[in-house]
Amino acid sequence: MVCFAHPTNCGGVFHTPYEERRNDRVAKFDPVLLANIDVPGSYTRDVYELRGGYRALRKAIGPMQPTDVTEVVKSSGLRGRGGAGFPTGLKWTFLPKGHPGPIYMCINADESEPGTFNNRILMELDPHQVIEGVILSCYATRAATAYIYLRYEYPLSYERLQLAIDECYASGYLGKNILGTDFSLDIYLHRGAAAYICGEETGLIESLEGKRAWPRIKPPFPAVEGVFRKPTVVNNIETACCVTHIIDRGADWFKSMGVPADPNNPRDAGSYGPKLYCLSGHVNRPGCYEAPLGITLRQLVDEYGGGVWKGRRAKAAIPGGISMGLFTEAEFDTPLDFNGPGRVGCLGLGTAAVVVLDETVSMVDFLHNSCRFFAHESCGQCTPCREGTAWSLRMLDRIKAGKGRLKDIDLLLEIGDSIGIIPGTTICGLADGAAWPIKNAIRKFRGEFEEYIRATNPSGYAVTDAVPALPVLAHH
Amino acid sequence: MATAQRILTDEMIKAIKAYFPRYPTRQAVTLPALHIVNDRLRYVPLQAVVEIAELLELHPAEVQDTLSFYGFFKQDKPHGNTRAWVCRSIACALRGGEETLEYLCDKAGVEPGQTSADGRLTLEFAECLGACDFAPCMLAGKTLHKDLTREKCDDFLRSLE
Repeated sequence: MVCFAHPTNCGGVFHTPYEERRNDRVAKFDPVLLANIDVPGSYTRDVYELRGGYRALRKAIGPMQPTDVTEVVKSSGLRGRGGAGFPTGLKWTFLPKGHPGPIYMCINADESEPGTFNNRILMELDPHQVIEGVILSCYATRAATAYIYLRYEYPLSYERLQLAIDECYASGYLGKNILGTDFSLDIYLHRGAAAYICGEETGLIESLEGKRAWPRIKPPFPAVEGVFRKPTVVNNIETACCVTHIIDRGADWFKSMGVPADPNNPRDAGSYGPKLYCLSGHVNRPGCYEAPLGITLRQLVDEYGGGVWKGRRAKAAIPGGISMGLFTEAEFDTPLDFNGPGRVGCLGLGTAAVVVLDETVSMVDFLHNSCRFFAHESCGQCTPCREGTAWSLRMLDRIKAGKGRLKDIDLLLEIGDSIGIIPGTTICGLADGAAWPIKNAIRKFRGEFEEYIRATNPSGYAVTDAVPALPVLAHH
Repeated sequence: MATAQRILTDEMIKAIKAYFPRYPTRQAVTLPALHIVNDRLRYVPLQAVVEIAELLELHPAEVQDTLSFYGFFKQDKPHGNTRAWVCRSIACALRGGEETLEYLCDKAGVEPGQTSADGRLTLEFAECLGACDFAPCMLAGKTLHKDLTREKCDDFLRSLE
């Protein structure tokens, strides 16, 4: 089987039959990251400590060296939960050795990927778990300042995180000489202003510096030159939470969950640990569910989400935020781990946010919604993305207005194939996220697009001459 | 600009300066400063941009450049008593988000982005509010309105001050 989405990760080929590795490790599971969220007052320090909170902190700060913490995280196989799935411990080791400092930690809480809300749940209902993870991550990387870049749309998260930070200063978990060691740390909340691109790590860094959030060309990577031109680590909220539990319970415990790496493929980093899956759209019980990496989309929808709503059948689903593309109903048995979605032509696991589309949904409407989102959120720095997303939206507008042509379908595909870092035409991955829904929707549902265009534009669907541009519709 | 009335109050300046020790550069205080002004004035007029720039030792164009990148800050006039964002992204759209936005706009007599004639409500669309488990949803001020129905929209409009 050829892997389209992760050629750099799995070498393009899967060597060992997948099911043999996945086995039944996904069957029984007690929540880890969400263990506290139903407890009254779960956001307070008192409740958090009663439930075993800050145990990992005491275990690490002092008794363990920062490099030991990094080693544990590295050997746990933890991969970043923000979307790219880069091994967290490895990222930390990219920081220059013996740097005089300062080193900065940026926590990416600019969760804006459509369908995704797992970080919100963690920040609102268990903010101390987040803060403990941030402190441990900073200890490991010797960062003395951490900025949590929080999207503006989460006022409750802001309040609760600030409360948690204040409580930590009061109890000596933050500030100077934490737990009597020479480790000092300040955590600051930094609020965004409703821009999706701030979730891209270098866009976040630019925004934090007070500039427009235009992603930077890499290299230099943030680990070498990040915020304020100093070495910087950017980690996701859920990643930080995982660090807490890895230190508390050990790397082997973490590795006992999920899908092990393919022993015959040295480039497969495996999919270990628990994961928060966001489930929304046309299901009976939308929500944030925790499961080991590797449950199938069908398990998530049927066993956690109570099935498709109104007794209908599913038609398709977004596997990990809208950027990742689409599963058809026939592909629902694909496991949601770092390799699974790529096997059916999706971009990847992304944020593991599943949005289910039932049989009544028009794929033209879906794609219009997706294109509108990316046209609105493209930062405008790279021409292929700025123009490509706007052009695809104008085409979808025209198709929906009954003036579509069959030729448009191939044109949309051509745009989809030529924007992004995978074809190599943009600085960041936003355009890949814009391209994948286009490519997946059309390649997997081409008949529906053709039928729609023929039905809505019976006299013009076959015209191939250039059409005069429609007036630009106001989407802002 | 020398003759223009100063907009930033002492309280705002104090609040902005409180952010200085958090960052190694003054420019990093741009977004916090814009939020501080916007929270109080409900918009960030050009004169405020000039004064923020002065505080942050920047050129006004640098602050304006950042401000204009984010569609969030209004510059022409303050938003209404309540500013509400109705989500139109995919998870909400699948459960009636766009219809909810249309319904609210009709009832309030505005287009997305506009403020009602009585100044009580500024209604806007949002891209994913990150509350897809409560779709369709709306963020009004600091309150998240969940699982919106027409009745809940009516209640919301009636509750406005």
